[in-house]
Amino acid sequence: MSVRHALLALLSEGPKYGLQLREEFEARTGEVWPLNVGQVYTTLQRLERDGLVESDGSTDEGPQKGFRITAGGADELAAWLRTPPDLSSPPRDELIMKVLVALRVPGVDVHEVIQVHRRYLVELMQQWTRLKEDEADFDLGLALVVDAELFRLDSVIRWLDAADGRLKRAAADGLPAPVPAALPRLRRRAGVRP
Amino acid sequence: MTTLELRGVSKTYGEGAAVVQALSGVSLSVEPGAMVAVMGPSGSGKSTLLTIAGSLEEPTSGEVLIDGASLSRMSRNGKARLRRRSIGYVFQDFNLLPGLTAAENVALPLELDGTASRRARTAGKRALDDLGLGERADRFPDQLSGGERQRVAIARAVVGERRLLLADEPSGALDSVNGEAVMRLVHEACKRGVAAVVVTHDAQLASWADRVVFLRDGRIVDQTAPPAGPESLLTSPGQIP
Repeated sequence: MSVRHALLALLSEGPKYGLQLREEFEARTGEVWPLNVGQVYTTLQRLERDGLVESDGSTDEGPQKGFRITAGGADELAAWLRTPPDLSSPPRDELIMKVLVALRVPGVDVHEVIQVHRRYLVELMQQWTRLKEDEADFDLGLALVVDAELFRLDSVIRWLDAADGRLKRAAADGLPAPVPAALPRLRRRAGVRP
Repeated sequence: MTTLELRGVSKTYGEGAAVVQALSGVSLSVEPGAMVAVMGPSGSGKSTLLTIAGSLEEPTSGEVLIDGASLSRMSRNGKARLRRRSIGYVFQDFNLLPGLTAAENVALPLELDGTASRRARTAGKRALDDLGLGERADRFPDQLSGGERQRVAIARAVVGERRLLLADEPSGALDSVNGEAVMRLVHEACKRGVAAVVVTHDAQLASWADRVVFLRDGRIVDQTAPPAGPESLLTSPGQIP
């Protein structure tokens, strides 16, 4: 999440004060991402230094100092919205590592390890879903954030389910556990980020 | 009083070398107003658990109690009456009767239980109104969308004085918005005191439940802790770069 671009987006609606920007940022992200006021001012100073926003020139650095977006800032925002985040190479996921390592550790039941993580993820999803329960208090920004988090956690659970099933079938077919060398090879081939 | 209680329930199918152990010593309690989700892979025994809980199938051993009454001590008629009055079922494929309108489908369990036709249909229409389907009451199932059909099926499952709702993959092939609408209805029914068991492999559906139990090879292997409030998500330190 880029605070820099979120502030540019809020300023694209019109000039605003620093404190107002913080309040609006939190409201728009469903208050899921708290932001401290120091972070807002540091970011605004950098945006001003880079010519992406202008202040109203008052020397007061407090909450009453106003900011507006420049033409350069608007171009930067438009380009950022359309730049895909880097999803091209798989991150080195800690959970995948744990499941692969569990296969190699004597006396460890990999299915039990998978279940520990599955339960934890479902418990997290229950907490996110609870936010949806009271539909009347549920604003659109929060709904989108909650959906994104539920889909993300769900995809991890689906991977655990698939891994569980694949390992069960492999054991039934009498296949040996994968050798550790599979990992560096895969990393070279797929260009996994360190 | 506990609405549904399974005590050491086992179920085997077949004999000798072909024997399949579908459930092994499953114990589960569901209190009034609680929603329990049962998650597990295909073949883990989820659907068997549901049909036994709903008295549609007998366990090989163990006991099922509904509102404290043991099913094994109930006559066939007694069980049939229980199914009509106290238990609502929702299946993946909706199971609506194509020749009946939405309101008639919802009223059917009441009529089968001896409620006069006119009263049953009034109750059916009211149940549809509650689910925002009042305008669809006179439509036949093939004139409804998938999401609407499943909402009618839920109205039918909770109409009258039902105390136990049993749902097998209730969002079926619905998209996530309609799936959520279905779970919202089950959740609303629970708030009115209905106990619900939802069998699913879908974590998004299961996450509506108060408790999720995990079934594997016919055994309950794990369950979620009592849920923390969503506040714990909001007060966690920010992760903004």
